[in-house]
Amino acid sequence: MRRTARLLGMGWLFHVKMLTRSSFNGVLGIVYPLFFATVAFFMYRAGSPDALFYASLGASVMGVWAATSTAAGAALQRERWHGTLELLVAAPAHFALVLLPVTIAMATIGLYSMVSTLVWGRLLFGIHIHVEHWLLFCLSVPATVVAIGMLGFLLAVSFVRYRTAWALGNLLEYPVWLICGFLVPLTFFPDWVRPISWALAPTWGMQAIRQSAQGGTPIPDLLVCVGLGLLYTTIGVVVVDRFLRAARARAVLSLT
Amino acid sequence: MSSARLFFVGGLLSYRALFGWLSPWILIPTYVVAPIFQILLFVYIGRSAGVQSDEFYVIGNALQYAAIPCVFAMTNTIAGERDQNTLGAVLATPAKRIPLFLGRSLPVIVNGFFVASFAFIVGGALVGISVPGSAVPGIALVILVTAFACTGLGLTTAAVGLLARDTATLANIVFGILLVFTGANVALSDLPGWMSTIAQGLPLTHGIEAARRLADGASFASVGGLIAAEALVGLLWGLVGYSTIRVLEWQSRIHATLERA
Repeated sequence: MRRTARLLGMGWLFHVKMLTRSSFNGVLGIVYPLFFATVAFFMYRAGSPDALFYASLGASVMGVWAATSTAAGAALQRERWHGTLELLVAAPAHFALVLLPVTIAMATIGLYSMVSTLVWGRLLFGIHIHVEHWLLFCLSVPATVVAIGMLGFLLAVSFVRYRTAWALGNLLEYPVWLICGFLVPLTFFPDWVRPISWALAPTWGMQAIRQSAQGGTPIPDLLVCVGLGLLYTTIGVVVVDRFLRAARARAVLSLT
Repeated sequence: MSSARLFFVGGLLSYRALFGWLSPWILIPTYVVAPIFQILLFVYIGRSAGVQSDEFYVIGNALQYAAIPCVFAMTNTIAGERDQNTLGAVLATPAKRIPLFLGRSLPVIVNGFFVASFAFIVGGALVGISVPGSAVPGIALVILVTAFACTGLGLTTAAVGLLARDTATLANIVFGILLVFTGANVALSDLPGWMSTIAQGLPLTHGIEAARRLADGASFASVGGLIAAEALVGLLWGLVGYSTIRVLEWQSRIHATLERA
């Protein structure tokens, strides 16, 4: 148990350090969501200035997903390019324990974007963030980040057979921004969209963050968010086992 | 004759060789699905915020998405050559530079036209906007001119690719600037004055405005000035890009820095 926790912790730290040295993941991870946040702030300021606080919190979490979706989709392909995938798969540790900290590190990088979006909104648009329950807010944010990282883990292992997985990960950026209620309340969507939203942990994480900031009851949302994250991880581990078995049997791990 | 051949055949070959985008696994998510979701995202934010009509966002985002194929593709024509270790060989040839580089822009413009047109048609149908049939040819021309203008800007970012290695980051930042400044989602009147002033010198601004007016029933003649302005902006960015490439090519020969970026 201690060795597992150490592996997860060191893997997370190592990949956070590595990602912060990449301009694509570092600089762009902060700047790119800011463009969308800026547009959203302008739109809400023009139409519903009262909703700017709502938009600011949502826009800040958008960056966490943006930092995860494309990068997680390409996580295994990146190991292929580096020539390290075979080594990691052959390591005595379960491959899921190697990959999970990678995607959680990607989501963690999104915290830069989250903070910068809130500061951007405060400085340029005068959006004050009032947090009623600081303790719950401070629990909700990392829980959401970890749950998004776990969703990224599921994406990473689901796209393992595709060389162009980054494009599939990139494709999921807008839909999750849209239907998880980051910038648009779920009531605006058709009824058939809502079950899809409910199956996504970022929806609940976003609600937990908003509830804790606005003084509501975030704990149920927080629990669902964490529960869904664990479910993604469980499914991901099953998928990892299946794809590794298939890859070994057919000798297709490198996809060459 | 050899210049024309270089322009058409060279451009098409380089485009196909440098991009793996004939693969449906990249083409469909990037060019077909993503623009539709971008349109839906801003349509719903617009509904939630209570500003502008669905048509405003469909037109703005469909045209703005032309920046993805145009800016990214042009940028990668230089960076891609470096990645393939062929940049030195390309620049060592005696081929005339205008057909060499502009030839690469032709398939990019056509691609940008189809991507933006598809986004406009499908996004509009999904959201349920109606555009008068008489406006369609005019809007098609506007999309073509807008794709040309974005490609002109792409040639400039391609030139920067001779100085900087991470062109993907650069192209994404250019895309974001176009998203914020050009009135794709925020009316220029709602932007600060300095932003709307900068927007006048960017591709998309005049094209989006022209397309919106045509969709609202304006005559083609009444938006002629906007279309001409869009074309002029594209031409100027193209000239800036071409000149910069020539200067940097010359510099790279003097300092032997072509592969160092």
